[in-house]
Amino acid sequence: MSIKKVTSHPTQNEGLIFERSQTGRIGYRLPKLDVEETNIDEILPAELRRNDGLEGVPEVSEVDVVRHFTRMSTWNYSIDLGMYPLGSCTMKYNSRLNEKVARIAGFAGLHPLAPEEESQGALELIYKLQEDLAEITGLPGVSLQPAAGAQGEMTGVMLIRAFLDARDGEASKDRRVMLIPESAHGTNPASAALAGFTVKAIRATADGLTDMDHLRALCDEGGVAGVMFTNPNTVGIFEKDIKTICETIHAAGGLVYMDGANMNALVGIARPGDMGVDVIHLNLHKTFSTPHGGGGPGCGPCLCSAELAAFLPTPRIVSEHLAEGGVRYRLDYDAPDSIGRVKAFYGNFGMMVRALSYIYTHGKDGLKEATETAVLNARYVSKKLEETYDKPYASDCMHEAIFSHKNQSKRGIVTLDIAKRLIDYGFHPPTVYFPLVVEGAMLIEPTESVGRADLDAFIQAMIDIDREATENPDLVHDAPHSTRIGRLDEASAARKPVLRWRPDTEASATGA
Amino acid sequence: MSNIPENLRYSKDHEWVLVEGDVATVGITDYAQSSLGDVVYVDFPRVGDKLNAHEAFGSVESVKAVSEVFTPLTGEIVEVNDGLNDSPEAVNNDPYNAGWMIKIKMDNPGDADAMLSAAEYEEYLEASA
Repeated sequence: MSIKKVTSHPTQNEGLIFERSQTGRIGYRLPKLDVEETNIDEILPAELRRNDGLEGVPEVSEVDVVRHFTRMSTWNYSIDLGMYPLGSCTMKYNSRLNEKVARIAGFAGLHPLAPEEESQGALELIYKLQEDLAEITGLPGVSLQPAAGAQGEMTGVMLIRAFLDARDGEASKDRRVMLIPESAHGTNPASAALAGFTVKAIRATADGLTDMDHLRALCDEGGVAGVMFTNPNTVGIFEKDIKTICETIHAAGGLVYMDGANMNALVGIARPGDMGVDVIHLNLHKTFSTPHGGGGPGCGPCLCSAELAAFLPTPRIVSEHLAEGGVRYRLDYDAPDSIGRVKAFYGNFGMMVRALSYIYTHGKDGLKEATETAVLNARYVSKKLEETYDKPYASDCMHEAIFSHKNQSKRGIVTLDIAKRLIDYGFHPPTVYFPLVVEGAMLIEPTESVGRADLDAFIQAMIDIDREATENPDLVHDAPHSTRIGRLDEASAARKPVLRWRPDTEASATGA
Repeated sequence: MSNIPENLRYSKDHEWVLVEGDVATVGITDYAQSSLGDVVYVDFPRVGDKLNAHEAFGSVESVKAVSEVFTPLTGEIVEVNDGLNDSPEAVNNDPYNAGWMIKIKMDNPGDADAMLSAAEYEEYLEASA
């Protein structure tokens, strides 16, 4: 039986809420006032009030609003809908248990200004999570304040700056060079520049690893404040010379910052602190399964060695043993060397609840197994696709597999086309055109959340798309075909962006 | 195959230069624009800025990525192509004419002679393909 696709379905043709507006339509009719009326001027001065009769605000009923947003929500792709193999982003499943725990009234309803004695449970949770993250990374100093990876990075780089200023005094101003591999996340050089460093790029070898000779040469040029690298690096390969990298930088008087974006390949197996790393940030919304982006705010903890701990943000959570027995937790602001606060209150607490729930539900063995499965899944994809897609580096990948479009571009099909066609097969596209060092890069990170059947379906989709590139290139070139709207003109959208809705009359009057 | 005009000089970073007296006009090659994809924004230096050879003079933002562009020559910026603010697509459609980016007054006008000829650049592209 064949099923005819009904494209006139209202959920697929929802317009803007402004277009749904009907003059005079309202959601509620309020009952007659049964208390004394207050003059609005006494509550809100006239100059703070709109007086245009809310012109342009859509006039709609409650059901209009509910249907509008529900229909739009069906256009989303999410981790709850299917595989989301976005390399370097670790889009793993956000378990329902974590959500349930985060909604426990004592956590969810706690006011950030509640006194310490009424927040002991929350403070204890933060303290315990800090201890666990310190054990996982091998770095004892922790701040959970940063609200995202980039902010954690910025905090880490500021720690380095503060440490060097304290150690070298005036001479610190001559130590302002941050070494960053050319394949790094764009946030790395941005954080370094914001903290007052200049960036020098470290070349990679043909195997995708740090070019040690170049690293040494850059150290010899002097002024090195440190290095910022990612391990496994952004092409998914473990920097096997990591210990030598750290020793080289330390010998040059600099510090080692590690971007924790790819920590999902290491948890429970190897610890950055043991490798010689001085500072790292983690992404709870990657490695520790808290939701990404629209799913909730982020949390980018910053961890450091004991040497740098004095500079961590305030307040810090400290524990005190009471004379009468038991433990009391409090916020400690007494840290004169601290770089200061980096986030209001104590960061995004709800994410900390979810992350600790993730750690406790897995346990030591479970965390290790998750890491092993994440690497196994990526290697499975890497191996299964190596005959179809060009693999730019020969060595085994860690938790993400990288390919280029070299084999397909000869047939006129490039990475963007492959990514768009994957949508028709029901998969979120992988990370594309990153890292920049690989032309037409496709960075595929399945994570441990995907089972064998889904991995095979994804692999088969990639193989089918390659076949289509020969047999029916237009099908791939014009993809996606299964979505509400097809291929967007990204260049026009970026060159001539339309940033707001205008009513028809205004649009025709201005010719827009 | 990419368009490589005979009368220009080229860098290994895929910039072209047109030398007229001591002023060199600089842009990116047809190969570079085609690898970058649709260009949506070009970020320029200021007129009067002094740049050393191989230093980044700005960046080109395409739908795929932001890439730095390097000056192949040492000198002072005497003009930038403001027209690209409104029509960055000229970098894609006409990289060697309307898509030019900066004009540099060269410190040493002879420097351009050391750059690749059209034939050498074509060879370089083939070797790195």
